[in-house]
Amino acid sequence: MEQKAVLIIGGGIAGIQASIDLADMGIKVYLVEKKPSIGGRMAQLDKTFPTNDCSMCILAPKMIECANHENIQLLTYSMLDEISGQVGRFKAKVIKKARFVEEDKCVGCGECAEKCPTKVLDDFNAELGKRKAIYKYFPQAVPSTYVIDPAYCRTLNGKKCGVCEKICKARAVNYEQKDQTLKLDIGAVILATGFDLYDVAPLKEYGWGRIDNVITAMQFERMICASGPSSGHLKRPSDEKEPSRLAFIQCVGSRDIRHKRYCSAVCCMHATKEAILAHEHYPELTSTIFYMDMRAVGKGFQDYVHRARDEYDVEYVRARPGKVTENEENQNPIVHYEDTVRREFNAREFDMVILSQALIPTESNVSIAKKLGIDLDEFGFISTPEKLADPFGTTRDGIFGCGFCQSPMDVPDSVVRASAAASKAAEVLSRGV
Amino acid sequence: MAIRIGIFVCHCGTNIGGIVNVPEVVEYARKLPNAVCAEENLYTCSEDGLSAIRDKIKEYELNRVVVASCTPRTHEMLFRKNCEKAGLNKYLFEFVNLREQCSWVHMENHDGATEKAKDLVRMGACKVSLLSPLEDLASDVIGACMVIGGGISGLSACLTLANQGYHVALVEKKDTLGGLLRDINRVFPTNEPSSDLLDPLINSVLKHKNVKTHLKTEVLGVKGFIGNFTATLKKGPRTQELKIGTIIVSTGASELKPEGSFGYGQFDNVMTQLDFEKRYKSDYKGLNRIVMINCVGARVDERTYCGRFCCITGMKNAILAKEANPGAEVSILHRDIMACGSVFEDYYRGALKAGIRFIRYNADRPPVILGNGNVVERVKVYNELVGRDIELDVDAVLLTTPLVPGEDTRQLSRIMKIPVGNDGFFLEAHQKLRPVEFPSDGIFIAGCARYPTEISECIAQGYAAAAKAAVPMAQGRVISDAFTSEIDPLKCSACGRCIEICPFGAIDWTDWEEPSGTIRTVALVNPTECKGCGLCVASCLSGAMDLKGFSDEQILAMVSSVVEITSRVA
Repeated sequence: MEQKAVLIIGGGIAGIQASIDLADMGIKVYLVEKKPSIGGRMAQLDKTFPTNDCSMCILAPKMIECANHENIQLLTYSMLDEISGQVGRFKAKVIKKARFVEEDKCVGCGECAEKCPTKVLDDFNAELGKRKAIYKYFPQAVPSTYVIDPAYCRTLNGKKCGVCEKICKARAVNYEQKDQTLKLDIGAVILATGFDLYDVAPLKEYGWGRIDNVITAMQFERMICASGPSSGHLKRPSDEKEPSRLAFIQCVGSRDIRHKRYCSAVCCMHATKEAILAHEHYPELTSTIFYMDMRAVGKGFQDYVHRARDEYDVEYVRARPGKVTENEENQNPIVHYEDTVRREFNAREFDMVILSQALIPTESNVSIAKKLGIDLDEFGFISTPEKLADPFGTTRDGIFGCGFCQSPMDVPDSVVRASAAASKAAEVLSRGV
Repeated sequence: MAIRIGIFVCHCGTNIGGIVNVPEVVEYARKLPNAVCAEENLYTCSEDGLSAIRDKIKEYELNRVVVASCTPRTHEMLFRKNCEKAGLNKYLFEFVNLREQCSWVHMENHDGATEKAKDLVRMGACKVSLLSPLEDLASDVIGACMVIGGGISGLSACLTLANQGYHVALVEKKDTLGGLLRDINRVFPTNEPSSDLLDPLINSVLKHKNVKTHLKTEVLGVKGFIGNFTATLKKGPRTQELKIGTIIVSTGASELKPEGSFGYGQFDNVMTQLDFEKRYKSDYKGLNRIVMINCVGARVDERTYCGRFCCITGMKNAILAKEANPGAEVSILHRDIMACGSVFEDYYRGALKAGIRFIRYNADRPPVILGNGNVVERVKVYNELVGRDIELDVDAVLLTTPLVPGEDTRQLSRIMKIPVGNDGFFLEAHQKLRPVEFPSDGIFIAGCARYPTEISECIAQGYAAAAKAAVPMAQGRVISDAFTSEIDPLKCSACGRCIEICPFGAIDWTDWEEPSGTIRTVALVNPTECKGCGLCVASCLSGAMDLKGFSDEQILAMVSSVVEITSRVA
């Protein structure tokens, strides 16, 4: 009997790792990613804790391995439409959305985007910069094919333009391209849908969206990243000045019964990393991290925090700030807090405030779960009924979860879960149901 | 055939391009001897960059390729495979590191960095001219795995491999399976007895037709390489040899016994969390006042790491004691509370709701035990958040200690040549992306032998290590790198230094027939075991050894392209 394929939903580091492991075992994999490129959240990060490895530098080879693997078919800019059947014999329909750029023709030269007249806020860069209506999701995107954003493209909205079609020497632009539906025979499914960023605007006390120099941690990652919109230079949004005093506020929306009561598991470490990186860029720069508990539990994490404190001018203050106000003369944010160890109330001025926002399950989990007939937990994470004995199982046989879509976890834990889910899926296929 | 070199210089975004003047380096490279084309890329590793290299190989009929970009650690294989894809032998490629070895270390000196980049590219071009095509070595893989350690991680790995149809030899030095988890009374976050979790798993493993369990057995030695290991096992007086293709190390860890701290070993009612679980299985009679002290022996100068789940272990025992005896006063003296994620944060909330008292202490002012005879009566602690000392009456003091590396770690590390980190645990190949692999191919790691790990993560790591072990066994063959050392038997003086120095046991004696017909004993490299480290080459006094891809001739060509060589070299 011919061996069935595995459908993996989500092309972040977890989905990528699960794909490679299965494909290396000789199993056919369909990797479905809703964005125009695989890479996921890790592609947006500058460096990774606790080794300060450049995130893209360790991720890109894996992305390319996926793209080049004879057993992996990448389905980017795609989504699951429906699934029927049962373990070992699922039938899946996947919709490959129209890119309006032919994948086999586009060489990724980028001339189209250079000439495109329409500028759009760039969600990959956490809306710090602009991209064009025809764009590559990020420079190292896999596949490197450009894509036209149908919401903003002038031609697709009935206006006069057609610039990209004219400029494209490869004749890859095709305004007539339609969504495609693919029918796949599947033995098992792995979910690796990752996380979204919690909207911090409702936490009005911290002033994001009102005070220019209050940004989110993801915005900071893009800002300090060499391939980000400011080429790695830290610039205050209000006046583009280089900041010298940073404040990081932890648990913004996490561990907060008004918002998300769980701990997002990675923020203590990414704030520590961001403070270290900022100091590496500007040796005069100091950072203050306002935390509740410094959850540095992984291998090498405690040493990392010690190094931040001893060598990188990072100060840790145990406080949950009550509010952030703005000094109207210089646009400096002022953090109001109670230092719970010194037992003092304080208001301190900084050049920039970075909010470690809660990380939440992706919204698309809701529709995916419905199509797959599986349960989500109360937060929207993929429900794992046997949390201890079977940490990869879902409420349906043959469907497994891995990574942040199950509950908050960092990259190594996600990679472990991904390989583990691959092992589970391989078991299902060898059962030969 | 004439040498035709293509040189590709990468901007790496701004990593290189922001410091090194890349167009200038490209211009320079184009004029180097044998160079027929030189190009720049924003990201050479992107699909664009790779296809550009393939196109140029065809267009210019290149027979040598140099990429000047980031680090071979992450990208060398990618570029080699890319050359292969374009029909070029992948060993006719040379990597030049312009990032770690140039732009990143000369950020303040753009002109100097640009000049150095030219030197590095010139050296690369010199070397690539002298490379010759090499072939990879292939060998068969035995479809069996040895799992060392029968705790929850090892059992999980066993079961999934056996279910996938591989043969597994489970080696456990004790006479029972279950490991550390066996000593644990109940497990968080479900608070069910550990046997509920362990017994079904052990039964499935024991009755599985693909698993052979070796109890009371130790691993004495491991020889060989991925796909073809031979392990020597010792059970009582008998030894036996086992042929396997892959190995998973899941030897676990043990709880720190903090002799001398907080009266441990001196007072009867001072115990660790695990001592407590063994002593009070379900009956908590007489325990009306319990004080727990967290971070004993963890997050301190001599042991800097955090035990990861000890906070939760303490909460579990606190909740169980409180459930058994709702009137009990249970206080946890803690530093940071580590309750990451959604499950543990809720567990912490549950502990607070159950009326367990959490008191934050400062590591600079640790709690003090006040005893009388062989019993502790009170604990004095400086409550950091209130700013004053308080005293708590106690019936029992529980010290929350971290897991420490298992006693076999060092020995196994020696036997199998697998690394151990500063913390004494086994060290994985890459902390971020290769958490269950060792640098040595075919050997994997799972569970607490790597770092303190909670149960569900142990299970996950067992499964993950199994997935990694399954890969070569599924493929049936492994391809090993062609960069191995070789010996010219004519020059070999049979001194044996190389055999002594080789960390992989890849060199051995062999009988060799000289051209004259006499048989002589010389050293011989087994290329499948050789990792290409070069130690033997450096140690050889007779100049009989060379490393493919890094021959003396090639290295000296690189050196003489930057410095005047005044003395003669053989």
